[in-house]
Amino acid sequence: MSTSIYQQFTDYIRSETPVALATIIEGPGTGAKLLVARVDGIEIVVGTLGHPELDRVVSRDTAGELEAGRTGVRHYGPEGQATPEDLIDTPTVVVFIESFSPAPQMWIFGAVDFTAALGRVAKVLGYRVTVCDAREIFATKRRFPMADEVMVTWPTPMFEKRGNTLGPRDAVCILTHDPKFDVPAVQGALSTSVGYIGVMGSRKTHNKRLERLAEVGVTSPEQLSRLMSPIGLDLGGRTPEETAIAICAEIIARRTGHSATSLKNTDGAIHS
Amino acid sequence: MREILDDIDRWRSDGKKVAVARVVKIEGSGPRDPGAAMAVNEDGEVAGSVSGGCVEGAVVSEALAIIGENAPGRMVTFGYSDDEAFAVGLTCGGIIRLYIEQLDW
Repeated sequence: MSTSIYQQFTDYIRSETPVALATIIEGPGTGAKLLVARVDGIEIVVGTLGHPELDRVVSRDTAGELEAGRTGVRHYGPEGQATPEDLIDTPTVVVFIESFSPAPQMWIFGAVDFTAALGRVAKVLGYRVTVCDAREIFATKRRFPMADEVMVTWPTPMFEKRGNTLGPRDAVCILTHDPKFDVPAVQGALSTSVGYIGVMGSRKTHNKRLERLAEVGVTSPEQLSRLMSPIGLDLGGRTPEETAIAICAEIIARRTGHSATSLKNTDGAIHS
Repeated sequence: MREILDDIDRWRSDGKKVAVARVVKIEGSGPRDPGAAMAVNEDGEVAGSVSGGCVEGAVVSEALAIIGENAPGRMVTFGYSDDEAFAVGLTCGGIIRLYIEQLDW
């Protein structure tokens, strides 16, 4: 028995598999669907839009949109023609292609109170949260029920094993104040292309940390400028929850490139 | 759509008919990006959102009409000033285009 497209679609989303859904939203075949998933680097196509050539062209474009993580509308001829505006007396097929990338990751190093608060806020924002600490009695699922996984390990093996899964959408937050833990965590994070690296600690702690990083050979100003330390926006909050908001707000502002000042004090379009 | 899948599955396992509205295009200023989705079941229960609350009420009516008529999916536009448009719009002045369909695929 074949499962429905919807069932396969939800299975892919729940297993964090990159998947894109193409739907004809106007023109002949409205409602028809094509699903493109990328499993272990191989594209799997399910469904049909009603014409083999249209299927071929749209599945190719959908795979491209999925690769880029884009969502948008495209126009075709009924037989997959890429320039429907040139066709005479022929209806245009309008296709909505929606990409679903796996949730971005947040790795939090250090199993402390701030970790629990940050994990909760990160979950609200849609992150897949991993908490990592080498101390078995602190790094427990019971203390961090919001985390998708709790790893009892040192930072170096964690980055060696899985650092290559981190990309520009992901975040590493280092909340330990312990140099023997946060120096390798910073080193590990800098070896990846992760988009955000936040390191907790006072300015004094930060300066001491820079000295320790220099001792292990991390001196490139370009690399060190990636460190957001002290961590977070200057909201003036004190509690773990307020700190978590300040950290996540900084992550958003870094991603969008916006100034993080009150909109009241700025000009121009809000959604840009 | 990810965030509304659990609600949709629960409704469907209860045997309820479900319609899904997805934002496919925003022109000008709009609060949600393409892909924002909202599901409505035959009892008028709602999951998710497609705007900042500006057009949700009208989307529910449209979704219930599609379920009631057992109609195929269709495009709906909010924010036009001409007669084709619905009376509601985005308060921020943008145009929002949605595709609403029954979840029968």
